[in-house]
Parts: sequence; structure tokens; C-alpha cells
Amino acid sequence: MPNPNINWAAIDADPKFQALHRKKTFFLWGLMIFSIIYYFMLPVGAAYFQDIFKIKVWGVVNVGILFALSEFVVAWVIAFVYSKKANAEFDAMTQEIINASVKKGA
Amino acid sequence: MTSMLNRLMLSVAGLATSVTAMAGTGAVADEFKWMTFTVFGVIIAITMAITFWAARTTHTTSEFYAAGRSVSGIQNGWAIAGDYLSAASFLGIAGLISLYGYDGFMYSVGWLVAYITVLLVIAEPCRNIGKYTMGDILAFRNDPKKTKVVAALSTITVSTFYLTAQMVGGGVLIKTLIGIDYETSIIGVGILMLAYVVFGGMKATTWVQIVKAVLLVMASLILVFLVWSPYGFSLPAYLHAVVGDEKVIAQVAKLLGDSAANMSKEDLGQRFLEPGLFLKNPIDQISLGMALVLGTAGMPHILMRFFTVPTAQAARTSVIWAMGIIGGFYVLTLFLGTGAAMLVGSAKIASVDAGGNMAGPLLAQYLGGGADSLLGNFFLAFVAAVAFATIVAVVAGLVLAAASAMAHDIYVGVIRGDHATPKEQVVAARVASGIVGVIAITVGILAKGQNVAHLVALAFAVAASSNLPAVFLTLYWKRCNTYGVMAGMLVGALTAIGLVMISPNMTYPKAITGSANKVLNGEAAQPAKDAQPALTASLMCELFALDGCVASHPAKAATPEQPAKPGAAEKLAKLNEKLPAVEATLAALAADPAGLQKAQEDITKLKKDIAATEKAKAKAEDDLKKFAGQSTSLMGLEKPFFLLKNPGLISIPLGFLMVILLSLFTRDKRSEEMWDELYVRQNTGINAEAATAH
Repeated sequence: MPNPNINWAAIDADPKFQALHRKKTFFLWGLMIFSIIYYFMLPVGAAYFQDIFKIKVWGVVNVGILFALSEFVVAWVIAFVYSKKANAEFDAMTQEIINASVKKGA
Repeated sequence: MTSMLNRLMLSVAGLATSVTAMAGTGAVADEFKWMTFTVFGVIIAITMAITFWAARTTHTTSEFYAAGRSVSGIQNGWAIAGDYLSAASFLGIAGLISLYGYDGFMYSVGWLVAYITVLLVIAEPCRNIGKYTMGDILAFRNDPKKTKVVAALSTITVSTFYLTAQMVGGGVLIKTLIGIDYETSIIGVGILMLAYVVFGGMKATTWVQIVKAVLLVMASLILVFLVWSPYGFSLPAYLHAVVGDEKVIAQVAKLLGDSAANMSKEDLGQRFLEPGLFLKNPIDQISLGMALVLGTAGMPHILMRFFTVPTAQAARTSVIWAMGIIGGFYVLTLFLGTGAAMLVGSAKIASVDAGGNMAGPLLAQYLGGGADSLLGNFFLAFVAAVAFATIVAVVAGLVLAAASAMAHDIYVGVIRGDHATPKEQVVAARVASGIVGVIAITVGILAKGQNVAHLVALAFAVAASSNLPAVFLTLYWKRCNTYGVMAGMLVGALTAIGLVMISPNMTYPKAITGSANKVLNGEAAQPAKDAQPALTASLMCELFALDGCVASHPAKAATPEQPAKPGAAEKLAKLNEKLPAVEATLAALAADPAGLQKAQEDITKLKKDIAATEKAKAKAEDDLKKFAGQSTSLMGLEKPFFLLKNPGLISIPLGFLMVILLSLFTRDKRSEEMWDELYVRQNTGINAEAATAH
């Protein structure tokens, strides 16, 4: 559904859009890679580092339980960090680009 | 790792047999059935009212598939949670924790982490680009007809696998809980779900999912409050009570077998909170982890939920809410599972269902006051009703996803070349929903008693190997084109399915008849074995049963000579001989309370052994009869060739590789020309489908 009223290539080439693209790419890949590494540490640790997982740190609560619970916390923190950044920064940058394109189109 | 999933689903399937032993009564006693049906009735009435209300505002295609894009972020978050928390996660994970402790909890983590992928790379672009289906996203820059056909095929495949597992699991579950016939349960679920989908479309489906998610969270919160409050909501104090419990210690001792002999009770209890009681193959777990983390983002019924919100921001909000609800729920299951292990006892849970699916319901009954109390049975009825609502809600979402692929992608997009009138489109959507619903009921009934264990894992693997590479690279890679997408989807899906067909998930008659013969005829004596050092096989040997491969194993201690084991008939005769002898001593022991008690315990134990041996014998005879004359699996194999239960490790990289290679070596003008528009639109939401006004 090509839209004749909007020059997509021009927006794509717009430095503002390029800046948004760079920031987003860097930020998203960073979070994604971190979360994948952190997640796979759980099965790998449970299989190959059982001695560490068995260390009791809080009564009968051991490293393994705390690490598994931390997986939840880390997932929530990633979601929180991303939404903060997106709400504060990406949305504003996007709105500027939209406003500019509408002006040009009009 | 899927061995867990498998055990879980197998047990659900295997329940059919254990239920007949209970004379079709189910977990709810007859005198309390009215209560169960009342709670069921109330929940069905609520969902029907929702459907009636939704049907009045469901006229256009956008309203039918996407609830007029009027669902708020928070509502969608609850609906995603309702769509995702299937009976397998609701009953299954609590059950696994109740039987295996730590490993069950660890298993739940991947299901939440999966949403990070959904949040970061899929949700917002899909909202900005998509219309109603995954096919719409792919067709945006690729050849519409070709990609829509492939996308629809993949969607229907994934949905059907998942749907079949849900229908079979659901039918067995309802039978176990309240004793309604398997077939009646399936037809009941099917008709209700069809009513929601056909009349109320996405709006009714969304609200049924929201109601179900709220009920599920409420029920879990109440149970966890009751389990945890005696310990002042202290985690160490609570877990201390769990590991000190005799029933938990007995369960760990049973799981560890011989190696438990020289462990103290304290160590045995603590072992419940340590890894390795169930998950034995880390490579398989990593493979499943990949399928979950990448597959959830490629599940058509999850993708579809992002078309129901008005903006990309709302899509973002909905994933964040969904992550909060889903993650919070899995943390609650830690308490539900360990609570059931401590209060109900693993032995009792496993006696009703070997996979532990009844842990949650039995815990509810216990907390309410036990099997004979009114409140206990009300709790059980409530949990049973939530389980029922769960099955219906998940199935409705899947049917809608499959129907949209059929009607919107294939009929409207390909056959009618996008020239269908709005009215025709809605009719097509409703007809397709009806067709998929009838197929779901038929497949559910045909698959009664079948091994559907691998289907959930397979659905995620196909979604991760076929859908995700295609969607991801279409959205983010400039060179991606039609041919790459088609090749990647076909190769990814076929590899995943092919590997599962030759994996340990399938039924191998030779192994079954072999162990059945062992049970019936006994085993010959084993000579003593020397200690063996640990052995790690090469990666290829871990993955495939190649010639010359030796399976890897941890270090083994020397074992003494094992005497021959008697066959079941012989064993039974011996036990039956012993019983009267012990019973005869009872009279003489009348004056000796301690001796009397011991003799009575012996009698109970003997009777239990006799029952267990009889059951094992009957099962072995049954197996021999069932697989008489068969020695190979469906694929003509005597034993699995692919050694993992999860194909993701191989099929996901292959899916990506095929998209990349084919895209590099072919050219497609449209894919190149549309890139600018796609990339700008997926990032900014300019020209995105707006919400329809009412």
C-alpha cells in the first residue's frame, strides 16, 4: 500500500530519523543480548555449577533459588528500563519526525 | 527439559487410565458435585453475557479480528496473560514443583523471559505495520500472495499443534477433576469456545481471557496467602518448614534411589531446593530455552493480540503488564508447588496423576479443610472452574488465530486478491472460525489417549524456526526478500517437525515391549561392575545416535553384583504368601501395642506392594498387547536418531540461515522498494491502522 503523499525515502534519510534508528538499535540490542546471556546462565549454572547453586545464604535459601528469583527481577527491570527510555526519549523523537513529515505533506 | 513438558502432557494423557480406576468420579466427591456445577455455571454465564455484549458491536472485519483496535494497554496485558497461562503452566508447573522442587521452578523462568523478545523487537513494530495477521506483516514488503500462503500454512500448523495439545489435555483434566466424560468435555469446550469466537470475535475472546486471568490470579493469591501466612511471610522460615517435612524428605529419597542411602534427613530435604532432581540434559534445556525465548514472539495467537490496541505505546504497555502478571504468577507457583508437596504430599499428588497436575487443586481442597469439608470442596470447585475457563480461553485465542490465517490471508488475500467486500470478509472470518472449531473438536476426540506430549514443544519450535526469523528479518534487515522468507519458513518448520518425528518424543514400541517383558519375566542377575570415570561425548554424539557414539554419563561408582529380579507373577505370589503369615501374628500380638502397630504397618505395606505389582503387571500386559507385532516407531525407527526432545538448537539457526542465504542470492524489486516505507512506519507508526470509532 504505497502512500503517494509521504516521501518515505526522505524521512529515512532525515538525520533525525537516523539518530532515532541508531539510538534504538544500540539500546535494544544491548538489552536483548544482556537478557539472553542472563537467562541461559540459569540452565548452564544448574547443570555445570551445582556446587555454587547449593551454597546456603539465607537460612535454607540457597544461591540457586535466589538466582532463579533474580531471573524474574531482571526481566522486570529490563521491561521497566526499556519502557522508561521509550516513553521519555523514543516517543518524543518519533513525534518530532511525525510532525515534520505532516508539515511537509501539507 | 521438555521431558518435563512431556511428562506433564503424558501424564495428562495417561490420566485417562487412572481415572477409570476412580470409576469416573473425578477429584470432586459426588455429594459436592452440585457446587462444582454451580461455580462452572456462574463462570459460563459471565462469559456468555460478555459474548452477547461483544456480538452487538462486532460487525466489521477490524472489529472481528482486532476488537476495533479499542483494547487498552492494560486490558491487553491481562488478555495476553490469559492467553498464555494455559492449563500446562497453571496446573503443570505447580505440579512439577510439588514433585521435583527446584527443577520445576527453574523450568518456569523461560516462559517469562520469552516476553523480553516480544517487548523489545516484536510488539511495537507489529502494531505499526500489521493489520490482522502475521501474513500482513510479511506481505508488506514481500510478494503478498506467496508470503501470505506460506505464513498462513505456518500459522495453521503452529495453532493446530498447540490446539490439539490443549484439547486433549483439557478433556482429560475435566474428566479427572469432575468426572465428565472425555468426549463430552471436548465437545463442551469446543461449543463454548465457538460461541465466543463466532459471535463475539476478538472482543469476546479478549474479555474471556481477561476474566480468566483475573480469576486465576485471585485463586492463586488466596492459596498462597493461606500457605505462607503461618510463617509470617518469611521466605527462609517457609522453605525451612518445606525441607524439614517428612513427606518432602521421603519424596527426595524416592527420586534419588540408591544414592539416598548415606544422606542425612537434613541433606535430603535440602536437596529438594537444589537442581538436578528432574532435568538431566542441559543441552536439551538450552534447546528448549531457545524455542521459548524466540518462539513466543512468533506465536500467531500472541502476535495477533498486538493488533487489538490503538497505538504502539499501548502495545508496549500491554507487554509490560503481561510480564508483571505472568512473572508474578510463576513466583506464586513456587509457593503453590512447595506448599502442595508439604501439605498434601508428593505421593498423594502422584497417585491421582503421575505428572503432578492435581497439585494445585488438591492443595486448594486441603487448605479449605480437606476432602470431606464444604469449604475444601468449594475451593476445589473454584480451582476446577478456573482450569476449565483457562482451557476455553486459550483455545478461543488459538482458533481465532488459525481462522484469521485461513479467512484473511488465504481466502481474502490470495483467492479473492484483496477484493472481497467488507461484509464478505466478516462472513469468511466467521465461517473459518466455525471450520477450525469443528476441526479442533474432531482432532481432540480422535487424539484421545494419544501421546500429545511433543506438540506444545513442537509448536514453540516451529514458531521460533519458521515465523520468528521471517518476521524479524523482514522488519529489521534491508536485504531480506520474498524468496528468503519463503525458504526460511519452509525449511525452519520442516526441520523442526522432522527432527521431532525422529526424537525421543515419539513412541518406540521396542523399548516399551522390552521393559514390559522385564516386568513380567523378571531380569537376569547382573555381575558386579567397576567404577567408571565420567564421559563427555562430542556434540554430534549428544545430538544424533551416530555409529560409534558412546552416550556421555557422569562418573559412576562401582556397583556390587545384582541378584536376578523375579517376574511380576512370581513376585505377586510371594507377597500373597507373606500376607496371611503376618496377619496370623496379629492375634498373638494383642498384648504388645508396639508389635501390633508394626505388624499392622507391615500389612498395609504388603497390601500396597501387592496393588502396585498388580497394576504394573496389568500395564505391562496391556503394553504387550497394544504393541504386539510392532517393533518400530511411526518413522520406522527402533530407537530415536535425534537425541534431544527439542529441535530448536538446530532448526532455529537453520531457519535464520535460509532466510539470509536466499535473500543474499536472489533479488526482489518490491522487497527493496518497500524497505524505506516499512522501516519508517515500523518505527514511527505513521499511517498505522487507526482505531475504528464506535
